Amino acid sequence: MGYTLNFNLIWRHFDKLWGGLLLSLELAVISIAIGIVIGLVLAVWYVSAGRAVRTIIAAYVEFIRNVPLILLVYLVFYGLPTVVDIAYSAQTSFVATLSLYSGAYLVEVFRSGLEAVPRGQLDAGKAIGLTPWQRLLHVRLPTMLRITLPALSNTFISLFKDTSVASVISVPELTYGAQWINFNTFRIVEVYLVVTAMYLLTGYALLFALRLVERRFKAAR
Amino acid sequence: MSNAPHQNPALLDVSEVSKAFGSVEVLRSVSLKVTRGEVVTVIGPSGSGKTTLLRCVNFLESYDSGSIRIDGKEVGYRETGTRQRRSERDLAAMRAETGMVFQSFNLFPHLTAAGNIMLGLRKVRGKSNAEARTIAEHWLGRVGLAHKADSLPAELSGGQQQRVGIARAVAMEPKILLLDEITSALDPELVGEVLEVVRSLAEDGMTMLMVTHEMAFARDASSRIVFMADGGVSAVGPPAEILAAGFDNERLRSFLARFRASHF
Repeated sequence: MGYTLNFNLIWRHFDKLWGGLLLSLELAVISIAIGIVIGLVLAVWYVSAGRAVRTIIAAYVEFIRNVPLILLVYLVFYGLPTVVDIAYSAQTSFVATLSLYSGAYLVEVFRSGLEAVPRGQLDAGKAIGLTPWQRLLHVRLPTMLRITLPALSNTFISLFKDTSVASVISVPELTYGAQWINFNTFRIVEVYLVVTAMYLLTGYALLFALRLVERRFKAAR
Repeated sequence: MSNAPHQNPALLDVSEVSKAFGSVEVLRSVSLKVTRGEVVTVIGPSGSGKTTLLRCVNFLESYDSGSIRIDGKEVGYRETGTRQRRSERDLAAMRAETGMVFQSFNLFPHLTAAGNIMLGLRKVRGKSNAEARTIAEHWLGRVGLAHKADSLPAELSGGQQQRVGIARAVAMEPKILLLDEITSALDPELVGEVLEVVRSLAEDGMTMLMVTHEMAFARDASSRIVFMADGGVSAVGPPAEILAAGFDNERLRSFLARFRASHF
């Protein structure tokens, strides 16, 4: 064997990894923010709509959930611009893809959350004379959010890991930074060890922070 | 006109209401009048349609035929001759005129005791936050929970939650209060505190229609008792008359006999 680990070259290029990590987080945060909007709107629409709308929303969810993320990234980045006349950066393309991707998962999360709100609470909202919109806003959504918070943080953490897929279209996030260092230093073991540690630590930090938030909400149950 | 005989128009007028869930008839041509200030109790075996009747009065359930009027106004359907469901906005406005207290309390879990009471006051009655808070505190005081204004439902006992439920309903100043087996989910030692609140509301002249299994309370607090069986009104009368063992109604007699056997 005779391979000795040497991290010096990794530290010299650490700015690539640090910048990559920040970009990964940024991509995850923006995508989940848009995904939450997509998920909420479609879930609320789903539970109150007729069969036609439900079928369309279900088709969107099923499509996204059954196609590998990397293919969706290729489709949006390479496929779409050749069919329609639009231009966008790799980063924009990836954010759009990941937003649609997380949106599909969150429709399911929010829909089951909305359906889990006890009937009695909705009856109580009706009984005091709230309109359907007020019942949604002041009774159904707050309870649904409490129910779905754990699933929401899990989705966010896996989304953070999914940002690594952006490296295939050269978005300079964490995994892309690792590849760059690998190609330029050939320190393949060291760089991927460091990057794995960075994903792990960040993932755990996020989990810890989100569980704290959840506990705060649970206390307010 | 002033010489016309004194009439006491019904505040609640249920007239020949029928309803079926599929092939099961839960209400069979039920008619019932409640005048202002009256406390009317509905008793009867489970499955006799008591709760469904109550839920029709504020249109939590629709009904297939007949009419339900509060202060002369049809509850769930437009008064255009054709039977057409009111708009959701109209229904919400109609429901704000009735208060309802539920068997399972149904407090909003994310709001404090005061917050539960304030929601309707602010969003439906258009009160300011400060006004709503004052009213909420007044009613919490009335039900003996002034010190729990900022507690969440999860921090309250069942009896306390139910008293908040009552405060939430009456704070809206409804024309009639509907009480749906409000002590059935409570531990026996908590029943008294809730019934005490209902009793004091009755003394204030609040019009109430309640479903209950608390016979002693029904006897003491109601002006009339309605006995329902198989979706229909089987007997109506003053408590002393209805609860008298010799009342000439076989069904009622066997209900009371079974009831006494299981409760004493």
